[in-house]
Amino acid sequence: MSTRIQTGGRLIDRTKSVTFKFNGRKLQGYAGDTLASALLANDQMLVGRSFKYHRPRGVVASGAEEPNALVNMGEGAFFEPNQRATTTEVFDGLTATSQNHWPTLEFDVGAINTYLSRFLPAGFYYKMFMYPRAFWKHVYEPFIRQSAGLGKAPKQKDGSDYEHFYAFYDVVVIGGGIAGLQAAKTAAAAGAKVLVMEQTADWGGRAVVDGAEIDGASADAFVAATVAELQAMDNVTLKTRMMGAGVYDHGYLLGYERVSDHDPSLAGPRHRLWRIRTAQIISATGAIERPLSFAGNDIPGVLLASAVRDYLVNWGVSIGERTIVVTNNDDAYRTAIALKQAGLSVPMILDARKSGGGALAQQARDMGIRVENGKAIAKVHGGKRVTAVSICDQAGEGVVLDTIGCDAVAMSGGWSPVVHLYSHCGGKLNWDAEQVMFRPDLTRMPTNQNGQGFVMPAGTANGEMSTAATLADATARALDVVAALGKSAPTLTAPTAASEDAAAIEPVWMMPQGANIKLRMKSWLDYQNDVKVSDVQLAAREGYESVEHTKRYTTLGMATDQGKLSNINGLATLSGALNADIPQVGTTTFRPPYTPISLASIAGSARDEVFQPIRKTPMQDWHMANGADFEPVGHWRRPYCFPRAGETKAQAVEREILQTRKSLGLLDASTLGKIIVKGPDAGKFMDMLYTNMMSTLKVGKCRYGLMCSENGFLSDDGVVARIDENTFLCHTTTGGADRIHAHMEEWLQTEWWDWKVYTANVTEQFAQVAVVGPNARKVLEKLGGMDVSKEALGFMEWADGTLGGFDARVYRISFSGELSYEIAVPASQGRVFWDALLAAGAEFNVMPYGTEALHVMRAEKGFIMIGDETDGTIIPQDLGLNWAISKKKEDYIGKRAQERTFMVDSKRWKLVGLETTDGSVIPDGAYAVGEGVNANGQRNMIGRVTSTYYSPTLGRGIAMGLVLDGPDRMGETIEFPKVDGGSITAKIVDQVFYDKEGTKQDV
Amino acid sequence: MLILECPYCGVHAEETELHAGGEAHLKRFGPGSSDDDFENYLFMRENPKGVHFERWRHVNGCGKWFHAARCTMTLEVFGTYSAQTTEPPKDICDKISAKRPGWSWRNFS
Repeated sequence: MSTRIQTGGRLIDRTKSVTFKFNGRKLQGYAGDTLASALLANDQMLVGRSFKYHRPRGVVASGAEEPNALVNMGEGAFFEPNQRATTTEVFDGLTATSQNHWPTLEFDVGAINTYLSRFLPAGFYYKMFMYPRAFWKHVYEPFIRQSAGLGKAPKQKDGSDYEHFYAFYDVVVIGGGIAGLQAAKTAAAAGAKVLVMEQTADWGGRAVVDGAEIDGASADAFVAATVAELQAMDNVTLKTRMMGAGVYDHGYLLGYERVSDHDPSLAGPRHRLWRIRTAQIISATGAIERPLSFAGNDIPGVLLASAVRDYLVNWGVSIGERTIVVTNNDDAYRTAIALKQAGLSVPMILDARKSGGGALAQQARDMGIRVENGKAIAKVHGGKRVTAVSICDQAGEGVVLDTIGCDAVAMSGGWSPVVHLYSHCGGKLNWDAEQVMFRPDLTRMPTNQNGQGFVMPAGTANGEMSTAATLADATARALDVVAALGKSAPTLTAPTAASEDAAAIEPVWMMPQGANIKLRMKSWLDYQNDVKVSDVQLAAREGYESVEHTKRYTTLGMATDQGKLSNINGLATLSGALNADIPQVGTTTFRPPYTPISLASIAGSARDEVFQPIRKTPMQDWHMANGADFEPVGHWRRPYCFPRAGETKAQAVEREILQTRKSLGLLDASTLGKIIVKGPDAGKFMDMLYTNMMSTLKVGKCRYGLMCSENGFLSDDGVVARIDENTFLCHTTTGGADRIHAHMEEWLQTEWWDWKVYTANVTEQFAQVAVVGPNARKVLEKLGGMDVSKEALGFMEWADGTLGGFDARVYRISFSGELSYEIAVPASQGRVFWDALLAAGAEFNVMPYGTEALHVMRAEKGFIMIGDETDGTIIPQDLGLNWAISKKKEDYIGKRAQERTFMVDSKRWKLVGLETTDGSVIPDGAYAVGEGVNANGQRNMIGRVTSTYYSPTLGRGIAMGLVLDGPDRMGETIEFPKVDGGSITAKIVDQVFYDKEGTKQDV
Repeated sequence: MLILECPYCGVHAEETELHAGGEAHLKRFGPGSSDDDFENYLFMRENPKGVHFERWRHVNGCGKWFHAARCTMTLEVFGTYSAQTTEPPKDICDKISAKRPGWSWRNFS
């Protein structure tokens, strides 16, 4: 069993016990425990089930690389799945549950999959779910969905706070081990502004666990002294519980700080995402130990040798009473020695190397530990816990020599430098055959905007494995960084450590070397995703040669740990199966983040109302106070309608339209884009922007115009007013103002930069109100101050003046077909002007109306709406707008494109009006079908609806649509099938349904 | 997250301040041009592994369009310059030649 031993545990405070809950059971731990160490101290070895076969899984590692110990954390608004127990610090009241099992962790029905594993090989999903096709929807997909995912999805909105933090440094050191601290000290001594981040709560990394000696004292003393020294420097910031999540272009770095995960009672945000710009990064991220591939290496109780040592030294936890150590390198001997020193039993060290280990091996032997060279594990026995190990010759095929009882196995397949951050932005690696690892190639570092390398690996992350070499490399690499910054090297005495007499590692990718298929089918590479040696070999046999393809086919390294334990072993297995060298096979791409970060930290404080600020017109408060039902239009919220008590929205829209057509309506049109185009060449520029001839527009007049993209497609429309000889005011759609202003600037700055034209977006400078209806003139006359008669201000004219004491610019334009004035006043006066119009209009029963009434009234008049009649593939000619396209102009933006063969094709669908034969309303988005069927057996389509409404004015459904040969088929009926069966027939008619002659607007 | 210096206002702007505008130095073809010329102008773009010339706008800043010469492989920036020119300035071409001897891009080299 795993338990807390009487003494030891550098990180725990035995005077402070904490209580937490796992699967509803109350357990005790100490302050300083991780959830993993506390669970192990309570003999809770089983922590979850694997993804595919639901095999029992125990803790295998002690840090960020842990693939198995993923738990659901917290409750309610603080619930979060897939949290690693090894990086979760315990606190009083912590609640966690295990994942991926049903009904319980101990008894799981899905475990049947393990007996079916012969039928669930690599690429199973691709092979199995192809046929029969009809099974996909009702059999396969529901099954896969039910089996997918590990933890549960949170049900409530996240109750914690998150924030972003921007910071700037000369040097950021990632990793607070001895290499990181030494590098930081060197850079700081040169005067650089330095940030040091360590992902755990404690400084020192591996050296303090392994009991290294530095400058004749313990590594602990070196770490404490260096941290104290750095803390005292003004130019250094030290941060624990902060991970280097990702390195991006030009020195951009994400730091993920877990501010209060370890103590939710702390004030402030839960996570803080540091968005850092730094000139140089030192990646002192250490290394991760690799598992060995032997049968049963996934049984709970088989751990990495370094993890067994960590739990013992850091947290005073023994994984088992009898631990067998299996290794291909010297480092694992440290685990055996530490266990023995703690009074635990180590029945045997199996060293796969024929020639055995170096000084540490001798030390182990001297302590009385049995060391067997050239031996390997044939098989681990046990179900939910290791019970024994069968041993064999590494060189053989697995003939069992002996079976030894034990309750833990500590394995080491060597170490892989953590090159992730070095590689995120393109740093390249070399295969070091001697040390059996990929290590950074400093001649092919990621480069910044000056072409200079900016991510410097240091220490073990750079492939240096001994304490002495690590310290020397950290100093040297930091001096490289100091030189890159253009600073002079500081005078420092580099710390020293004794050289270690270690025997060379030997590559062991399969144990034993000639393991048969039965053993290989139980040798796990990826614990979380259940990928075995046999799966990768099968993929190779089936023709998968690229490591990236093999990854996706077998799911090797695709779990939440992103293959931190499995990638190297997997690609070595692949290279073996392909009979290729490891460097030839290469690695998969390292992508940020290093370990998963919370999505909420990426959002930061940008959520709810802060996510996207809402633009408001000066009249917004009135709309809100008067029950407006809002809809989003661009970043605005515009009233859709103003429903009264007991009224549906449809009823409100109907009332607003009828009253406007009968008497008087008001629309808040402030959101309409208003862009001023000014300068001696303004007319020339306007002629290029619009399809119409705008330069001939007389001062005081208005003209409706169309704008196209260079592709020829209709992009925006609106009324242009000529203010003076050199000045135009362009109205754009509500959503189009910023886009069209940018479009103008782009052409002015990058194509016609010698034209003398300025533009200004004055949309928010003015409040604009459309005063609409037969009584519109009367209400303005009541306000008084300017002549708004037909003679003084004709249709499509504008004038400046005062209305009821307001400075006003009055445009006589109409989007409804009624007598209509659009009046612009300074934004600051918008609300009082609106109130004045309401007061003056009271005797006409004035009716404020919303966007839906606006839409219906324009459709009754057959006016197009950008975004309804257009969708980025429509040219003005499709909409019968040829009258708005100048034939005199040589050029305008989009003209050449509209001459392309498919743009002049007579078979392009054209805009027509549609009148349903039964008066009903055609559903939005309906398609018209014609004769015959297409290649897929579907009815041929001959058109689609673009706008469809119930017209209160006409008392029937009206629509506009694009129809094949539409304008030539006036009076014919076409068929629109409905989603729920049946169909609607509609007659093709002129698109102007109301006041065809246009007499009402021109009075 | 590139950093480019805006040649108009001098700010070293981060990518979040900028708007990418595709390939630089396009020659516009309008009415009267051949189908091939127009197609090339509207649709055909360089996609180099190495030296590239691009248009950018300092959209959340001074609002000006400018050009940038950079390496798509190493992310090295050779320089930024005015958008109001039909070819890259000589000093930037010289700088590229020093770092990438023998480079060429469209008809520039």
